[in-house]
Amino acid sequence: MVALLAFVPESAWAAKIGDVAEETSLGQQAARFFSFRDPSVRYAVIGSVLLGISCGLLGCFIVVRKMALVGDTLSHAVLPGVALGFLFSGVSVSGLFDWSFDVDNITKNPALIFAGAVIAGVAGTLLVTTLKQTTKIKEDSALGLTLASFFAVGICLLTMIQDLPTGNKSGIDKFMFGQAAAIGKGDIQLMLGVTMLIVAVVFVFYKELLVTSFDAGFARSIALPSEWVHHGLMLLVAFAVVIALQAVGVVLVSAMLITPAAAAYLLTDRMHRMLFLAVGFGVASGVIGAFISFLKPNIPTGPCMVLGASAVFAVAFFGGPRHGVLTRWWRHVSRSKRVQRENTLKAVYQVLENRAAQPEDSVSLKELAERRRETLDEVSGQAQALKQHRLVTLHEEGNKILFTPGGWQLACTIVRNHRLWELYLTNAANIAADHVHDDAEKIEHILGDDVVRELERMLDDTTRDPHGRAIPGFADIHKPFAPSASGPSGYGRSS
Amino acid sequence: MTDSPATNGEDIPLEIHDLTAGYYKKPVLWGIDLQVPKGKLVGIVGPNGAGKSTLIKAIMGLVPPSSGWVKIFGKPYQENRRRVGYVPQRESVDWDFPVTVMDVVMMGRYGHIGWFKRPKKADREIARDCLDKVKMLPFAKRQISNLSGGQQQRVFLARALAQESDIYFMDEPFAGVDAATETAIIALLHELREKGKTLLVVHHDLPTARNYFDQLLLLNMRVVAYGETEEVFTYELLQKTYGGRLTILSEVADAVGQRAK
Repeated sequence: MVALLAFVPESAWAAKIGDVAEETSLGQQAARFFSFRDPSVRYAVIGSVLLGISCGLLGCFIVVRKMALVGDTLSHAVLPGVALGFLFSGVSVSGLFDWSFDVDNITKNPALIFAGAVIAGVAGTLLVTTLKQTTKIKEDSALGLTLASFFAVGICLLTMIQDLPTGNKSGIDKFMFGQAAAIGKGDIQLMLGVTMLIVAVVFVFYKELLVTSFDAGFARSIALPSEWVHHGLMLLVAFAVVIALQAVGVVLVSAMLITPAAAAYLLTDRMHRMLFLAVGFGVASGVIGAFISFLKPNIPTGPCMVLGASAVFAVAFFGGPRHGVLTRWWRHVSRSKRVQRENTLKAVYQVLENRAAQPEDSVSLKELAERRRETLDEVSGQAQALKQHRLVTLHEEGNKILFTPGGWQLACTIVRNHRLWELYLTNAANIAADHVHDDAEKIEHILGDDVVRELERMLDDTTRDPHGRAIPGFADIHKPFAPSASGPSGYGRSS
Repeated sequence: MTDSPATNGEDIPLEIHDLTAGYYKKPVLWGIDLQVPKGKLVGIVGPNGAGKSTLIKAIMGLVPPSSGWVKIFGKPYQENRRRVGYVPQRESVDWDFPVTVMDVVMMGRYGHIGWFKRPKKADREIARDCLDKVKMLPFAKRQISNLSGGQQQRVFLARALAQESDIYFMDEPFAGVDAATETAIIALLHELREKGKTLLVVHHDLPTARNYFDQLLLLNMRVVAYGETEEVFTYELLQKTYGGRLTILSEVADAVGQRAK
């Protein structure tokens, strides 16, 4: 199959993304994509990398400043500017009042589109600020209103352009959902310039961006102009949105700002790490999106990139090492399993205690079931779990339970924690003796060594709990212990 | 001759003349006159809505004044801002922000470091010392959301200490902190005062205000009284500060606010 590629003459390399012959396999297409031999693939990949960098960096500040909706509004508000910038390329100016408009002169001029979009974005931001300050309309309504009205104007203008009698509408129809293949050399130059500007600003003004984002009042008290930092940041966001438009499209460009940064926010507690992670995620989702749209040219690039970013976010959401949903669920499950093991172990201890038996003596499943008020099947499963953790050994087909030394120590510790806590609550906190058991049931599993030592210091007499039962001391915990290898001794044999 | 330090107010940490300030042109403070001498620990007390926080913010230019002026060591705030330290209310920031305790304290150095530059080793050492003073050094690498209310307040205090200022403004540093932190903070404030620093502290608890502060500023939209604690902490003056809303002043303020809209 690889040989097939060799038969394709060099001149047959497609000039456009997606012009690849249908019969090649996924592996071959991937090989071709990542060889970057086609100029359009190169442009698409470079463009995706650049937009991933700029959107990732600025997205972090948008997320920590809680401005996600502002970013969304800004990205929709640029659409009329894009359309006007496109139309303006048909205007030729020969004198101050001697303007002429020629449909056939219209071209996709990245600089004009950029200028138009930035102006529209700034106008949108100004409208939001004005509405907020002069009326009682709150920010969310002002944002929603601006987003919708600017977007509507943009759609009308784009539809008008579609109907213009000019053949040169290349790419303008792709601004809605994005098409990485439509990225040209001029776009790349603009993207490179803007990305370098954004990287430089974030690097040089990192300190100022950090403090104004965290505590604007404090920043102003040290004479940092928080408002101007905010306006500067918004202008950069407008730049980033505009350079990302061709590849991602107006509708979804805000997702490229927010999603990689939000995923990074879930994964780290440090701003600079968040910036690096967000850039990595942005670049990865950008390239994934460009690749998918290379495989399936009919799908616009924007949704592909945003899908990539959302996948990254989903991984962070479910599998994040600290806050991930699955991670937390797993921690919860293993903790409740441990609590159940410890409770069973405690029940075995209490059966022995009630019989005044020795730690080396055995406990039958039946006794355990009575103690736990559970069925034989249930306690049998619990006994198996204890055995797996080498806390007990099972004998006589699993009907007899014997502590291992480790199991005995753990059981003593749990019972000691429980009774010390009960003692503390009744003695030091003056809680009635019949109120303390349920609380101690939970606390016994989480008391650390430090707290136990603290409790011991605070309590004078730690030999008996409030209910008059003995509290196992260190002598009990470290009792010389000789587990009978042969099986249960005579004592405690079930009758 | 009039330029001698004694007359142009360089030795007066804070001087306020006829300051009227508020939000959206609706005045909260009326005609504030104040002159705080050096090395005093001043408590600002008054009922809710008396403008305690607004006064601090107006001094630092965070709330624009509609009339009057403020001088810090004889100069406008902007010119002497490096001599001012600020502890905002704890609730004013998002404690989920991805920074560590050390990062926050380092922000206290930003005013000295200036634009473009990065913190130097000396700045880092100052920040460490300040964290140590509030007993938070072991938490330096902790993310700030894992702190208790009292610990958060100590971090803010350490940040203000790192500003190495001569006059400090603190907005309710005792709000919602544990007793141990409250004791630690007041000890620190006394230590700063011994070093000749001037401190203005917004405080909401009257009984402790009497013990904590050298001087009290009783505030209710205007200065009710200002002076040594034992002179000002009287039934009549407190009654005047807390007793009922100042109906006429609030009504006029509402009217002014209406007209501005």
